[in-house]
Amino acid sequence: MTSLLIIIGVVMVIVFSGVSVSFKSMMIGSITDSMLGHLQIHKKGYVSSIDNLPLHLNINEKGIKQLENVFEKHTDVIEAFSYRIKFGAMLSNFQETTNIRLTAVQPQMENAACPRLVERINGDIQNPDKFIEQGKIIIPENLANGLKLKAGDEVVLIANNKDGSVNGLSLRVSNTIEGLMGPSGRDGFVHIEDAKTLLRIQGNEINEVAIRLKNPDNLNGMNKLLADELSHFENKQNKPVFELHTWADLSPFSTIAAIVNLLIITIKIVLIAIVLISILNVMMMSVYERVSEIGTISAIGTLPSKILWLFMAEGFSLAIISTIVGNIIGVLALLLINIANIHFSFGKMKNILLETSIAPSELISVSLIVIFIAVISSLQPALKASRMQPVDALRHV
Amino acid sequence: MSLVELKQVTKDYQIGEMFVRALKNIELDIKEQSFVSIVGPSGSGKTTLLNLIGCIDKPSSGEVFVNGTAVNSFSNKEAARFRGQHLGFIFQNFNLLPVLTTYENVEYPLIMVQNIPAGKRRERIMHYLEAVGMIDQKDKYPSQLSGGQKQRVAVARALVTDPKLVLADEPTANLDHATAFKVIELMKQMQQNLKTTFIFSTHDPKIVKEAEIIYTLEDGKLVSK
Repeated sequence: MTSLLIIIGVVMVIVFSGVSVSFKSMMIGSITDSMLGHLQIHKKGYVSSIDNLPLHLNINEKGIKQLENVFEKHTDVIEAFSYRIKFGAMLSNFQETTNIRLTAVQPQMENAACPRLVERINGDIQNPDKFIEQGKIIIPENLANGLKLKAGDEVVLIANNKDGSVNGLSLRVSNTIEGLMGPSGRDGFVHIEDAKTLLRIQGNEINEVAIRLKNPDNLNGMNKLLADELSHFENKQNKPVFELHTWADLSPFSTIAAIVNLLIITIKIVLIAIVLISILNVMMMSVYERVSEIGTISAIGTLPSKILWLFMAEGFSLAIISTIVGNIIGVLALLLINIANIHFSFGKMKNILLETSIAPSELISVSLIVIFIAVISSLQPALKASRMQPVDALRHV
Repeated sequence: MSLVELKQVTKDYQIGEMFVRALKNIELDIKEQSFVSIVGPSGSGKTTLLNLIGCIDKPSSGEVFVNGTAVNSFSNKEAARFRGQHLGFIFQNFNLLPVLTTYENVEYPLIMVQNIPAGKRRERIMHYLEAVGMIDQKDKYPSQLSGGQKQRVAVARALVTDPKLVLADEPTANLDHATAFKVIELMKQMQQNLKTTFIFSTHDPKIVKEAEIIYTLEDGKLVSK
C-alpha cells in the first residue's frame, strides 16, 4: 500500500512535469518563433519607452555594422537575425481611420528569425521568404474586420517621421494576421523599404534586432555573452549604445511560465508529503507490530545501531523500489501520451503536437527527493526500535 | 569455577502507584558446565532472575557476575555485545523470526551479531541443525513447523554462536509432555557434548527432575537448592 502511494506520487510528478514542461516549451516556442525571437537588441533606453515606439532611438548604419561584426563572430550559435523598424501610424480605409502598430521587416530575414510567423498569417503564403512584399501591408485581423478590409483593398498609412513631419503612403492589404497575445492586438507588418519611404529614412536605420539561437537552451549563456560584448560599444558620454533583452524580459508569458514552474514545485511538495506520511505510517506500524521480534533480536545480541540500520534499510528499500517502479511507469505514461499523438491548437497555429519529454535530471531530482524523504521519515521509527529495552519488548504480546 | 554469581541482588518494580519487590537478596553461584533449573510458581521471579543473568535487565541493588564480568553496570550497547558473545537464549514462545527460514533463523546471530564470514557460517549452521535433528526442515518457515520443531530451531540458534551460557525461560511451557521431554533431553545432550552451561526455568515438576541442580524461588526469594 505504501509502495503504491509512493509509486502514484512519483508517476504523478513525472507525468505532470513532462506534460507541463513540454506545454510550456511549446508555448515559449510559439512566442519566440513567431514574434519575439530568442533575444532582441535595441538602442539603450528603447524598451523603457517601447509603448511609444520612438523613432529617435533608432540604430544607425554604424550601429548596424557593429552588430553585424558581433553576429559574425557567433555564427555557430546564432541561427538568424532580423532587422526591424517598429513604428506607430494611422491606418485609413478612406472612410475610417484608426491607429496601428507596425513592424517593418525584410521578409527573408524575418522568416529566418521567426519561422512560425507565417503560420499566424491568414491566407495562402506561397513563399514564406516573401510573406510581405513592397507596396503591401499585413493588418491585424480584428482591425481588418472593424474596417471591413480584405486582401487587395487599398489603405493609407499616415505617420510622423522622427523630425515630426507627417507623411503618407498608399498600400494594398495582402493578408491579415492573428494577434498572438489576444484580441486587442494591433500589430501589422510592412516591408522595411516601405517603412523607410514613409518615415523618410535615408540609408540603413532600424530600431530592433530579433535574434534566433540555434540552441534555445543556451539562452542565458548567450545572453550573458552578447551583453558582455555589446557593453563595449559606448557613445560619446561613455554610456552603452545597445541594450539586450531575452524573450522573457519582453513577454508577459514569462509570468505564466513562472506559474507553471511554481505548480511543478507545488506538486513536488505534495509528493514529498505523501512519501513522508506513508513511510512514517508504515514504519511506525512496522515497529509496533514487531516489538516482540525487536525484543528477540535485541536479546540475542543485535546492537542498537544495527537495529536502527535494519529499519532504516527497510524504509530506504521501500523508497528505492517504489521510485524505480514509479519512474518506469511515469516514463511509460509519457511515451503513451506521445504515441497517442495528441494535437491541440493555439490561436491560428493548428495541429500543435503535444510532445512530452522529461529531462533525466528531473527524474534524478524527483528520485533523490523521494529517497531522502523516505530515509528521513524512517529515522524516527528506527530510533524508537533501536532504543527499545529488550526486557520491555519481550514482554509485549 | 563460577560462571554466574549473584550477590545480594534485589529487583524492584514500580507499577503505577504499586511498589513490587520481584527479587529479594538473591545469592546464587552456578558453576560452569552445569545443567540448572530454576523452579517456582508463576510470579515467583524466575523470569526476572533469568533476565538479570542474561543482561536483559538490571538489578535495583546487588551485583551480577557472568563469566567473571560484572554485568549490572553495562550500558545497553555493552550488554548487547556481551549477550551476543557469551549468551544464548531460548524463549517460551520460541521467538523465531517469522520471515526467515529455519536455516536463516539459525544464521541470523552469526551474521548480525558475530559477523561470521559466509564460508564459515554454513558449516556451523548445518552442524547445529543436524545436532537438533532439523536439517530436513531447513528451508521451512516457522509457520510450517510444529511447536517442538520450533523449539529445536531455537536451541540451534542459541547454540550456534558457541555461548558459555544458555538461558531458557520456560522452554517447555508451550509444548506437550512428550515434546517437552524431548526438548529437555536435547538441551541436556547439548550441555554434555558442548560443555555449555544451561539454566532453564520451569514450573513443571516432571521436567525439573531432569536438571542436575534445582533452585527454588518463592515470592522473590531463593528458598532451596
